[in-house]
Amino acid sequence: MADRIPSGTRDVLPDEMRELRALTEGMRGVFDAAGYGEIYTPALEYERTFMRDGASAAGGYRLLDEHGEVLLLRSDMTVPIARVVANRYASAPTPLRFCYFAHAFRNVRPRRGQSREVLQAGVELIGAPGAAGTAEALTVLCDALWAAGLRRFRVGLGDQALYPALLNQLGVAQPAHDRILEELAAGDFVGVEREIDRLELAEADAGLLRSVPRMRGGVELLDGLTGPLREAGVGMREILALLPAHVAERVIFDFGLVRELGYYTGAIFQVYDPAHGLPLGSGGRYDELLGAFGRPLPAVGFALELERVHVALTAEERERG
Amino acid sequence: MAEAPVHPSLRIAVPRGALFQETLDLLERVGVATGEVRENDRKLLFEDIGVITMRPSDVPTYVEAGAADIGITGKDVLIEQSERDVHELADLGYGRCTMIVASEAGPDPISAALRRLGVVRVATKYPRLANEYFLATGRQVEIVEVKGSVELAPIAGLADAIVDLTASGTTLRENNLVVREEIVVCTARLIANPVADRLKAPAIDALISRIAQSVAG
Repeated sequence: MADRIPSGTRDVLPDEMRELRALTEGMRGVFDAAGYGEIYTPALEYERTFMRDGASAAGGYRLLDEHGEVLLLRSDMTVPIARVVANRYASAPTPLRFCYFAHAFRNVRPRRGQSREVLQAGVELIGAPGAAGTAEALTVLCDALWAAGLRRFRVGLGDQALYPALLNQLGVAQPAHDRILEELAAGDFVGVEREIDRLELAEADAGLLRSVPRMRGGVELLDGLTGPLREAGVGMREILALLPAHVAERVIFDFGLVRELGYYTGAIFQVYDPAHGLPLGSGGRYDELLGAFGRPLPAVGFALELERVHVALTAEERERG
Repeated sequence: MAEAPVHPSLRIAVPRGALFQETLDLLERVGVATGEVRENDRKLLFEDIGVITMRPSDVPTYVEAGAADIGITGKDVLIEQSERDVHELADLGYGRCTMIVASEAGPDPISAALRRLGVVRVATKYPRLANEYFLATGRQVEIVEVKGSVELAPIAGLADAIVDLTASGTTLRENNLVVREEIVVCTARLIANPVADRLKAPAIDALISRIAQSVAG
Protein backbone atom coordinates (compact mmCIF):
# COMPACT_ATOMS: atom_id res chain seq x y z
CA MET A 1 0.00 0.00 0.00
CA ALA A 2 1.22 3.48 -0.89
CA ASP A 3 2.32 5.73 1.97
CA ARG A 4 -0.33 8.37 2.42
CA ILE A 5 0.07 12.05 3.29
CA PRO A 6 -2.25 13.88 5.70
CA SER A 7 -5.55 15.05 4.20
CA GLY A 8 -5.39 18.71 3.30
CA THR A 9 -1.74 18.50 2.24
CA ARG A 10 -0.30 17.66 -1.15
CA ASP A 11 2.78 17.16 -3.24
CA VAL A 12 3.51 19.72 -5.93
CA LEU A 13 5.10 18.26 -9.06
CA PRO A 14 7.10 20.14 -11.73
CA ASP A 15 4.23 21.10 -14.09
CA GLU A 16 2.20 22.73 -11.34
CA MET A 17 5.31 24.16 -9.69
CA ARG A 18 6.31 25.86 -12.94
CA GLU A 19 2.90 27.54 -13.18
CA LEU A 20 2.92 28.55 -9.52
CA ARG A 21 6.41 29.96 -9.97
CA ALA A 22 5.33 32.06 -12.98
CA LEU A 23 2.44 33.39 -10.93
CA THR A 24 4.56 34.26 -7.90
CA GLU A 25 7.30 35.83 -10.05
CA GLY A 26 4.71 38.23 -11.48
CA MET A 27 3.56 39.17 -8.01
CA ARG A 28 7.11 39.48 -6.67
CA GLY A 29 7.90 41.95 -9.45
CA VAL A 30 4.98 44.16 -8.36
CA PHE A 31 5.90 43.96 -4.66
CA ASP A 32 9.53 44.71 -5.47
CA ALA A 33 8.72 47.70 -7.66
CA ALA A 34 6.50 49.14 -4.90
CA GLY A 35 9.36 48.90 -2.41
CA TYR A 36 8.26 45.83 -0.44
CA GLY A 37 11.25 43.77 0.73
CA GLU A 38 10.70 40.03 0.90
CA ILE A 39 11.16 38.40 4.30
CA TYR A 40 10.79 34.93 5.73
CA THR A 41 10.18 33.96 9.35
CA PRO A 42 10.28 30.59 11.15
CA ALA A 43 7.41 28.20 10.50
CA LEU A 44 7.55 27.42 14.24
CA GLU A 45 6.94 30.20 16.76
CA TYR A 46 6.27 30.20 20.47
CA GLU A 47 2.54 29.88 21.00
CA ARG A 48 2.52 32.96 23.25
CA THR A 49 3.60 35.14 20.30
CA PHE A 50 0.30 34.32 18.65
CA MET A 51 -1.66 34.91 21.87
CA ARG A 52 -0.54 38.56 22.10
CA ASP A 53 -3.54 39.82 20.20
CA GLY A 54 -5.98 37.72 22.19
CA ALA A 55 -6.06 34.05 21.21
CA SER A 56 -6.37 34.34 17.44
CA ALA A 57 -4.46 31.04 17.06
CA ALA A 58 -7.10 28.90 18.74
CA GLY A 59 -7.19 26.28 16.00
CA GLY A 60 -3.50 25.89 15.13
CA TYR A 61 -1.01 23.03 15.34
CA ARG A 62 0.97 22.87 18.56
CA LEU A 63 3.96 20.83 19.67
CA LEU A 64 6.31 20.82 22.64
CA ASP A 65 10.01 21.63 22.39
CA GLU A 66 12.73 19.95 24.51
CA HIS A 67 12.09 22.43 27.38
CA GLY A 68 8.36 21.79 27.42
CA GLU A 69 7.57 25.12 25.76
CA VAL A 70 4.53 25.16 23.48
CA LEU A 71 5.37 25.85 19.84
CA LEU A 72 2.84 26.76 17.17
CA LEU A 73 3.02 26.26 13.42
CA ARG A 74 2.33 29.82 12.23
CA SER A 75 -1.32 30.33 11.29
CA ASP A 76 -0.57 33.53 9.38
CA MET A 77 2.38 35.80 8.53
CA THR A 78 0.99 39.04 9.93
CA VAL A 79 1.72 38.19 13.57
CA PRO A 80 5.33 37.04 12.93
CA ILE A 81 6.00 40.21 10.92
CA ALA A 82 4.60 42.32 13.76
CA ARG A 83 7.07 40.52 16.05
CA VAL A 84 9.96 41.15 13.63
CA VAL A 85 9.15 44.85 13.38
CA ALA A 86 9.07 45.30 17.17
CA ASN A 87 12.28 43.26 17.72
CA ARG A 88 14.47 43.98 14.73
CA TYR A 89 13.20 47.36 13.52
CA ALA A 90 12.57 48.89 16.96
CA SER A 91 13.79 52.33 15.94
CA ALA A 92 13.80 52.12 12.13
CA PRO A 93 12.11 54.99 10.29
CA THR A 94 8.62 54.27 8.99
CA PRO A 95 6.80 53.33 6.87
CA LEU A 96 8.20 49.81 6.62
CA ARG A 97 7.25 47.64 3.68
CA PHE A 98 7.50 43.85 3.71
CA CYS A 99 6.24 41.11 1.44
CA TYR A 100 6.30 37.33 1.78
CA PHE A 101 5.63 34.05 -0.01
CA ALA A 102 5.18 31.50 2.75
CA HIS A 103 3.02 28.67 4.06
CA ALA A 104 0.53 29.11 6.89
CA PHE A 105 -0.95 26.14 8.74
CA ARG A 106 -4.58 25.66 9.70
CA ASN A 107 -6.72 22.94 11.21
CA VAL A 108 -9.28 21.54 8.80
CA ARG A 109 -12.64 19.85 9.11
CA PRO A 110 -12.69 16.34 7.67
CA ARG A 111 -13.91 15.76 4.10
CA ARG A 112 -14.32 19.44 3.27
CA GLY A 113 -11.44 19.78 0.83
CA GLN A 114 -9.72 22.38 3.00
CA SER A 115 -5.95 22.79 3.08
CA ARG A 116 -3.88 22.36 6.22
CA GLU A 117 -0.92 24.01 4.56
CA VAL A 118 -1.80 27.19 2.69
CA LEU A 119 0.70 28.95 0.41
CA GLN A 120 0.19 32.68 0.87
CA ALA A 121 1.54 35.76 -0.86
CA GLY A 122 1.07 39.02 0.94
CA VAL A 123 2.37 42.38 2.06
CA GLU A 124 2.43 44.33 5.30
CA LEU A 125 2.67 48.13 5.22
CA ILE A 126 3.64 49.31 8.68
CA GLY A 127 3.56 52.89 9.93
CA ALA A 128 1.30 54.19 7.16
CA PRO A 129 -1.91 55.37 8.82
CA GLY A 130 -5.41 55.89 7.53
CA ALA A 131 -6.76 56.16 4.03
CA ALA A 132 -3.36 56.71 2.36
CA GLY A 133 -1.94 53.46 3.73
CA THR A 134 -5.09 51.53 2.89
CA ALA A 135 -5.15 52.93 -0.66
CA GLU A 136 -1.52 51.90 -1.19
CA ALA A 137 -2.22 48.34 0.00
CA LEU A 138 -5.29 48.08 -2.26
CA THR A 139 -3.28 49.31 -5.23
CA VAL A 140 -0.47 46.80 -4.65
CA LEU A 141 -3.11 44.07 -4.22
CA CYS A 142 -4.81 44.82 -7.55
CA ASP A 143 -1.51 45.21 -9.40
CA ALA A 144 -0.28 41.86 -8.02
CA LEU A 145 -3.43 40.04 -9.15
CA TRP A 146 -3.19 41.66 -12.57
CA ALA A 147 0.49 40.63 -12.83
CA ALA A 148 -0.50 37.08 -11.89
CA GLY A 149 -2.76 37.09 -14.95
CA LEU A 150 -6.25 37.56 -13.46
CA ARG A 151 -8.52 39.96 -15.31
CA ARG A 152 -11.98 39.63 -13.69
CA PHE A 153 -11.24 39.87 -9.96
CA ARG A 154 -13.00 42.37 -7.68
CA VAL A 155 -12.01 43.62 -4.25
CA GLY A 156 -14.65 44.02 -1.54
CA LEU A 157 -13.91 46.96 0.78
CA GLY A 158 -15.62 47.21 4.15
CA ASP A 159 -14.99 48.76 7.52
CA GLN A 160 -14.78 46.58 10.62
CA ALA A 161 -15.89 49.55 12.77
CA LEU A 162 -18.82 50.72 10.60
CA TYR A 163 -21.68 48.57 11.85
CA PRO A 164 -20.63 48.58 15.53
CA ALA A 165 -20.49 52.40 15.35
CA LEU A 166 -23.96 52.47 13.82
CA LEU A 167 -25.29 50.23 16.60
CA ASN A 168 -23.77 52.54 19.21
CA GLN A 169 -25.18 55.60 17.51
CA LEU A 170 -28.68 54.13 17.61
CA GLY A 171 -28.27 53.21 21.27
CA VAL A 172 -28.22 49.42 20.88
CA ALA A 173 -26.85 48.17 24.20
CA GLN A 174 -25.29 44.86 25.25
CA PRO A 175 -25.94 41.97 24.98
CA ALA A 176 -27.96 42.64 21.79
CA HIS A 177 -25.04 44.63 20.31
CA ASP A 178 -22.66 41.63 20.27
CA ARG A 179 -25.39 39.16 19.33
CA ILE A 180 -26.17 41.17 16.19
CA LEU A 181 -22.46 41.36 15.28
CA GLU A 182 -22.11 37.59 15.77
CA GLU A 183 -25.02 36.89 13.42
CA LEU A 184 -23.51 39.31 10.90
CA ALA A 185 -20.05 37.70 11.07
CA ALA A 186 -21.73 34.30 10.55
CA GLY A 187 -23.50 35.64 7.44
CA ASP A 188 -26.91 34.93 9.00
CA PHE A 189 -28.97 37.90 7.82
CA VAL A 190 -32.19 36.25 9.01
CA GLY A 191 -30.64 36.16 12.49
CA VAL A 192 -29.60 39.82 12.22
CA GLU A 193 -33.22 40.77 11.39
CA ARG A 194 -34.58 38.64 14.23
CA GLU A 195 -32.27 40.34 16.76
CA ILE A 196 -33.13 43.81 15.42
CA ASP A 197 -36.86 43.08 15.57
CA ARG A 198 -36.50 42.14 19.24
CA LEU A 199 -35.11 45.58 20.08
CA GLU A 200 -38.38 47.43 19.35
CA LEU A 201 -36.58 50.43 17.86
CA ALA A 202 -38.26 53.21 15.93
CA GLU A 203 -39.12 51.80 12.49
CA ALA A 204 -36.72 54.15 10.67
CA ASP A 205 -33.79 53.05 12.86
CA ALA A 206 -34.69 49.36 12.59
CA GLY A 207 -35.01 49.71 8.82
CA LEU A 208 -31.57 51.28 8.65
CA LEU A 209 -29.99 48.51 10.73
CA ARG A 210 -31.68 45.89 8.53
CA SER A 211 -30.65 47.43 5.22
CA VAL A 212 -27.03 48.46 5.91
CA PRO A 213 -25.55 44.94 6.04
CA ARG A 214 -26.95 44.28 2.53
CA MET A 215 -25.55 47.51 1.04
CA ARG A 216 -22.81 46.63 -1.41
CA GLY A 217 -21.91 47.93 -4.84
CA GLY A 218 -19.74 50.30 -6.86
CA VAL A 219 -18.88 53.94 -6.17
CA GLU A 220 -22.54 54.91 -6.65
CA LEU A 221 -23.18 53.37 -3.22
CA LEU A 222 -21.28 56.24 -1.60
CA ASP A 223 -23.37 58.96 -3.27
CA GLY A 224 -26.29 60.48 -1.48
CA LEU A 225 -25.77 58.87 1.92
CA THR A 226 -27.71 60.70 4.60
CA GLY A 227 -28.04 60.69 8.38
CA PRO A 228 -25.83 58.25 10.27
CA LEU A 229 -24.76 56.65 6.98
CA ARG A 230 -23.08 59.84 5.79
CA GLU A 231 -20.64 59.47 8.66
CA ALA A 232 -20.12 55.79 7.87
CA GLY A 233 -19.36 56.53 4.23
CA VAL A 234 -16.73 59.19 4.99
CA GLY A 235 -13.91 56.69 5.59
CA MET A 236 -14.60 54.80 2.38
CA ARG A 237 -14.85 58.01 0.37
CA GLU A 238 -11.45 59.13 1.68
CA ILE A 239 -9.93 55.86 0.46
CA LEU A 240 -11.72 56.09 -2.87
CA ALA A 241 -10.32 59.59 -3.45
CA LEU A 242 -6.78 58.18 -3.23
CA LEU A 243 -7.27 55.14 -5.49
CA PRO A 244 -6.06 55.19 -9.10
CA ALA A 245 -8.90 54.60 -11.58
CA HIS A 246 -7.83 51.03 -12.46
CA VAL A 247 -8.13 50.08 -8.77
CA ALA A 248 -11.28 52.08 -7.97
CA GLU A 249 -13.23 50.35 -10.75
CA ARG A 250 -12.55 46.96 -9.14
CA VAL A 251 -13.76 47.89 -5.65
CA ILE A 252 -17.09 46.68 -4.30
CA PHE A 253 -17.98 48.89 -1.35
CA ASP A 254 -19.56 46.59 1.19
CA PHE A 255 -21.18 47.97 4.37
CA GLY A 256 -21.92 44.45 5.64
CA LEU A 257 -18.38 43.09 5.36
CA VAL A 258 -16.96 42.05 8.75
CA ARG A 259 -14.09 39.73 9.59
CA GLU A 260 -13.87 37.38 12.54
CA LEU A 261 -10.08 37.54 12.92
CA GLY A 262 -9.46 39.49 16.11
CA TYR A 263 -6.86 42.08 15.14
CA TYR A 264 -8.62 44.06 12.40
CA THR A 265 -9.54 47.62 13.40
CA GLY A 266 -10.75 49.60 10.37
CA ALA A 267 -10.82 49.06 6.62
CA ILE A 268 -11.00 45.38 5.64
CA PHE A 269 -10.92 43.75 2.23
CA GLN A 270 -11.70 40.50 0.52
CA VAL A 271 -10.78 39.37 -3.01
CA TYR A 272 -13.42 37.77 -5.24
CA ASP A 273 -13.19 36.13 -8.64
CA PRO A 274 -16.12 34.74 -10.64
CA ALA A 275 -14.11 31.56 -11.26
CA HIS A 276 -13.84 30.62 -7.57
CA GLY A 277 -16.58 30.10 -4.96
CA LEU A 278 -14.32 31.15 -2.09
CA PRO A 279 -12.48 34.45 -1.60
CA LEU A 280 -8.97 34.42 -3.08
CA GLY A 281 -7.59 36.41 -0.18
CA SER A 282 -8.26 39.09 2.36
CA GLY A 283 -6.70 41.81 4.42
CA GLY A 284 -7.26 45.03 6.28
CA ARG A 285 -6.03 47.53 8.84
CA TYR A 286 -4.69 46.33 12.18
CA ASP A 287 -3.74 49.51 13.98
CA GLU A 288 -3.48 47.96 17.47
CA LEU A 289 -1.50 44.75 16.83
CA LEU A 290 2.00 46.28 16.66
CA GLY A 291 1.39 47.98 20.02
CA ALA A 292 0.89 44.56 21.61
CA PHE A 293 4.49 43.75 20.55
CA GLY A 294 5.88 47.02 21.91
CA ARG A 295 6.11 49.29 18.90
CA PRO A 296 2.72 50.94 18.43
CA LEU A 297 2.29 51.67 14.74
CA PRO A 298 -0.75 51.72 12.45
CA ALA A 299 -0.55 49.00 9.80
CA VAL A 300 -2.36 47.42 6.89
CA GLY A 301 -1.78 44.27 4.85
CA PHE A 302 -3.28 41.47 2.82
CA ALA A 303 -2.69 37.78 2.12
CA LEU A 304 -3.64 35.90 -1.05
CA GLU A 305 -4.13 32.14 -1.15
CA LEU A 306 -2.01 31.17 -4.13
CA GLU A 307 -3.69 27.82 -4.79
CA ARG A 308 -7.03 29.60 -5.20
CA VAL A 309 -5.46 32.28 -7.41
CA HIS A 310 -4.05 29.45 -9.53
CA VAL A 311 -7.46 27.71 -9.76
CA ALA A 312 -9.12 30.99 -10.80
CA LEU A 313 -6.40 31.65 -13.34
CA THR A 314 -6.70 28.24 -15.02
CA ALA A 315 -10.51 28.65 -15.18
CA GLU A 316 -10.15 32.10 -16.68
CA GLU A 317 -7.62 30.91 -19.26
CA ARG A 318 -9.90 28.00 -20.16
CA GLU A 319 -12.81 30.37 -20.77
CA ARG A 320 -10.64 32.73 -22.81
CA GLY A 321 -9.66 29.69 -24.91
CA MET B 1 -32.35 49.49 -8.68
CA ALA B 2 -33.14 48.13 -12.15
CA GLU B 3 -35.08 44.89 -12.43
CA ALA B 4 -32.42 42.30 -13.13
CA PRO B 5 -33.56 39.00 -14.64
CA VAL B 6 -33.33 36.00 -12.35
CA HIS B 7 -31.84 34.04 -15.21
CA PRO B 8 -29.58 32.94 -16.63
CA SER B 9 -27.28 34.79 -14.24
CA LEU B 10 -28.00 32.74 -11.12
CA ARG B 11 -27.65 29.02 -10.56
CA ILE B 12 -30.12 27.77 -7.95
CA ALA B 13 -29.75 24.62 -5.82
CA VAL B 14 -33.24 23.16 -5.32
CA PRO B 15 -33.88 20.51 -2.65
CA ARG B 16 -35.71 17.34 -3.65
CA GLY B 17 -37.88 15.77 -0.96
CA ALA B 18 -40.30 17.48 1.42
CA LEU B 19 -39.44 21.04 0.31
CA PHE B 20 -39.45 20.24 -3.44
CA GLN B 21 -43.00 21.17 -4.49
CA GLU B 22 -43.25 24.38 -2.50
CA THR B 23 -39.79 25.45 -3.67
CA LEU B 24 -40.84 24.96 -7.31
CA ASP B 25 -44.07 26.86 -6.63
CA LEU B 26 -42.06 29.73 -5.19
CA LEU B 27 -39.66 29.78 -8.15
CA GLU B 28 -42.63 29.70 -10.53
CA ARG B 29 -44.11 32.76 -8.78
CA VAL B 30 -40.86 34.72 -9.17
CA GLY B 31 -40.63 33.95 -12.87
CA VAL B 32 -38.74 30.66 -13.27
CA ALA B 33 -40.44 28.18 -15.62
CA THR B 34 -40.24 24.99 -13.59
CA GLY B 35 -42.35 22.70 -15.80
CA GLU B 36 -39.42 20.62 -16.98
CA VAL B 37 -38.19 20.10 -13.40
CA ARG B 38 -41.62 18.89 -12.30
CA GLU B 39 -41.90 16.43 -15.18
CA ASN B 40 -38.46 14.95 -14.91
CA ASP B 41 -37.47 13.42 -11.59
CA ARG B 42 -34.26 11.75 -12.76
CA LYS B 43 -32.59 14.69 -14.43
CA LEU B 44 -30.44 16.76 -12.06
CA LEU B 45 -29.25 19.76 -14.06
CA PHE B 46 -31.66 22.09 -15.87
CA GLU B 47 -29.28 24.43 -17.69
CA ASP B 48 -31.90 26.68 -19.34
CA ILE B 49 -33.40 27.85 -16.07
CA GLY B 50 -30.22 27.56 -13.97
CA VAL B 51 -31.63 24.92 -11.62
CA ILE B 52 -29.81 21.96 -10.09
CA THR B 53 -31.60 19.49 -7.84
CA MET B 54 -30.22 17.49 -4.93
CA ARG B 55 -30.86 16.22 -1.40
CA PRO B 56 -31.58 19.08 1.02
CA SER B 57 -28.49 18.24 3.09
CA ASP B 58 -26.26 18.66 0.02
CA VAL B 59 -27.52 22.18 -0.76
CA PRO B 60 -25.06 23.96 1.62
CA THR B 61 -22.17 21.94 0.14
CA TYR B 62 -22.89 23.13 -3.40
CA VAL B 63 -23.60 26.70 -2.36
CA GLU B 64 -20.53 27.01 -0.12
CA ALA B 65 -18.26 25.84 -2.94
CA GLY B 66 -19.91 28.18 -5.45
CA ALA B 67 -21.21 25.30 -7.61
CA ALA B 68 -24.58 27.02 -7.04
CA ASP B 69 -24.96 30.77 -6.42
CA ILE B 70 -28.02 30.40 -4.24
CA GLY B 71 -29.98 27.53 -2.76
CA ILE B 72 -32.96 26.59 -0.69
CA THR B 73 -32.81 24.21 2.24
CA GLY B 74 -34.24 23.64 5.72
CA LYS B 75 -33.06 25.48 8.81
CA ASP B 76 -32.47 22.01 10.33
CA VAL B 77 -29.78 21.37 7.70
CA LEU B 78 -28.20 24.79 8.31
CA ILE B 79 -28.08 24.25 12.08
CA GLU B 80 -26.53 20.79 11.65
CA GLN B 81 -23.96 22.19 9.18
CA SER B 82 -23.43 25.49 11.00
CA GLU B 83 -19.75 25.68 10.03
CA ARG B 84 -20.64 26.10 6.34
CA ASP B 85 -19.64 29.51 5.04
CA VAL B 86 -22.89 30.57 3.38
CA HIS B 87 -25.10 33.63 3.71
CA GLU B 88 -28.58 33.00 5.08
CA LEU B 89 -30.72 35.55 3.28
CA ALA B 90 -34.40 34.89 3.91
CA ASP B 91 -36.84 32.83 5.92
CA LEU B 92 -39.19 31.47 3.25
CA GLY B 93 -41.80 30.40 5.81
CA TYR B 94 -42.84 27.09 4.27
CA GLY B 95 -41.75 23.57 5.22
CA ARG B 96 -42.51 24.37 8.84
CA CYS B 97 -41.34 21.54 11.13
CA THR B 98 -40.23 21.19 14.73
CA MET B 99 -37.03 19.57 15.93
CA ILE B 100 -38.10 17.42 18.86
CA VAL B 101 -36.94 14.92 21.43
CA ALA B 102 -39.25 11.89 21.51
CA SER B 103 -39.27 8.61 23.35
CA GLU B 104 -41.62 5.67 23.91
CA ALA B 105 -45.01 6.42 25.48
CA GLY B 106 -45.32 5.68 29.18
CA PRO B 107 -42.80 6.57 31.90
CA ASP B 108 -40.08 8.75 30.34
CA PRO B 109 -37.09 6.51 29.45
CA ILE B 110 -34.83 9.59 29.26
CA SER B 111 -34.98 10.48 32.94
CA ALA B 112 -34.77 6.81 33.91
CA ALA B 113 -31.60 6.38 31.83
CA LEU B 114 -30.04 9.57 33.20
CA ARG B 115 -30.83 8.65 36.83
CA ARG B 116 -29.65 5.04 36.70
CA LEU B 117 -26.98 5.05 33.97
CA GLY B 118 -25.87 8.71 33.96
CA VAL B 119 -26.21 9.00 30.22
CA VAL B 120 -29.00 8.95 27.66
CA ARG B 121 -28.61 7.22 24.29
CA VAL B 122 -30.12 9.29 21.50
CA ALA B 123 -30.56 8.15 17.90
CA THR B 124 -30.66 10.91 15.28
CA LYS B 125 -29.83 12.08 11.78
CA TYR B 126 -28.65 15.34 13.38
CA PRO B 127 -25.70 14.28 15.59
CA ARG B 128 -24.21 17.75 16.11
CA LEU B 129 -27.48 19.47 16.85
CA ALA B 130 -28.58 16.70 19.25
CA ASN B 131 -25.22 16.64 21.02
CA GLU B 132 -25.18 20.40 21.52
CA TYR B 133 -28.78 20.47 22.73
CA PHE B 134 -28.23 17.81 25.41
CA LEU B 135 -24.95 19.39 26.53
CA ALA B 136 -26.61 22.81 26.70
CA THR B 137 -29.37 21.36 28.88
CA GLY B 138 -26.84 19.78 31.24
CA ARG B 139 -27.33 16.11 30.35
CA GLN B 140 -24.74 13.55 29.29
CA VAL B 141 -25.59 12.04 25.97
CA GLU B 142 -24.40 9.25 23.73
CA ILE B 143 -25.32 9.95 20.12
CA VAL B 144 -26.15 7.07 17.78
CA GLU B 145 -26.14 8.32 14.19
CA VAL B 146 -28.65 6.64 11.87
CA LYS B 147 -29.41 7.49 8.25
CA GLY B 148 -33.15 6.92 8.10
CA SER B 149 -36.32 5.75 9.95
CA VAL B 150 -35.11 7.17 13.24
CA GLU B 151 -38.40 6.11 14.90
CA LEU B 152 -37.25 2.50 14.81
CA ALA B 153 -34.33 3.10 17.19
CA PRO B 154 -36.21 3.40 20.53
CA ILE B 155 -38.79 0.71 19.80
CA ALA B 156 -36.07 -1.74 18.73
CA GLY B 157 -33.98 -0.91 21.80
CA LEU B 158 -31.11 0.84 20.01
CA ALA B 159 -31.62 4.12 21.91
CA ASP B 160 -33.60 5.66 24.78
CA ALA B 161 -34.83 8.57 22.67
CA ILE B 162 -34.62 10.24 19.29
CA VAL B 163 -33.98 13.76 18.05
CA ASP B 164 -35.77 14.32 14.77
CA LEU B 165 -37.80 16.71 12.68
CA THR B 166 -41.58 16.34 12.74
CA ALA B 167 -44.36 18.18 10.95
CA SER B 168 -47.58 16.49 12.09
CA GLY B 169 -46.34 13.86 14.54
CA THR B 170 -48.18 11.07 12.69
CA THR B 171 -45.14 8.82 12.23
CA LEU B 172 -44.23 9.28 15.89
CA ARG B 173 -47.71 8.25 17.06
CA GLU B 174 -47.80 5.24 14.74
CA ASN B 175 -44.60 4.04 16.37
CA ASN B 176 -45.82 4.62 19.93
CA LEU B 177 -43.52 7.60 20.46
CA VAL B 178 -44.42 10.84 22.24
CA VAL B 179 -42.80 14.27 22.00
CA ARG B 180 -40.96 15.08 25.23
CA GLU B 181 -39.24 18.35 24.28
CA GLU B 182 -39.36 20.87 21.44
CA ILE B 183 -35.89 22.10 20.45
CA VAL B 184 -36.43 24.55 17.60
CA VAL B 185 -38.90 25.35 14.81
CA CYS B 186 -37.41 25.02 11.31
CA THR B 187 -38.55 26.51 8.01
CA ALA B 188 -37.11 26.70 4.49
CA ARG B 189 -34.31 29.25 4.05
CA LEU B 190 -32.75 30.99 1.07
CA ILE B 191 -28.95 30.83 1.20
CA ALA B 192 -26.23 32.29 -1.02
CA ASN B 193 -22.58 31.75 -1.76
CA PRO B 194 -20.72 34.69 -0.13
CA VAL B 195 -18.71 35.46 -3.28
CA ALA B 196 -21.81 35.35 -5.51
CA ASP B 197 -23.63 37.51 -2.94
CA ARG B 198 -21.12 40.28 -3.80
CA LEU B 199 -20.35 39.66 -7.49
CA LYS B 200 -24.00 39.05 -8.42
CA ALA B 201 -25.53 41.43 -5.87
CA PRO B 202 -28.10 43.06 -8.22
CA ALA B 203 -29.50 39.69 -9.39
CA ILE B 204 -29.64 38.30 -5.86
CA ASP B 205 -31.23 41.44 -4.39
CA ALA B 206 -33.81 41.46 -7.19
CA LEU B 207 -34.66 37.83 -6.46
CA ILE B 208 -35.01 38.50 -2.71
CA SER B 209 -37.37 41.42 -3.29
CA ARG B 210 -39.50 39.35 -5.70
CA ILE B 211 -39.66 36.57 -3.15
CA ALA B 212 -40.64 39.04 -0.43
CA GLN B 213 -43.43 40.38 -2.67
CA SER B 214 -44.69 36.91 -3.52
CA VAL B 215 -44.72 35.89 0.16
CA ALA B 216 -46.49 39.10 1.18
CA GLY B 217 -48.97 38.91 -1.72
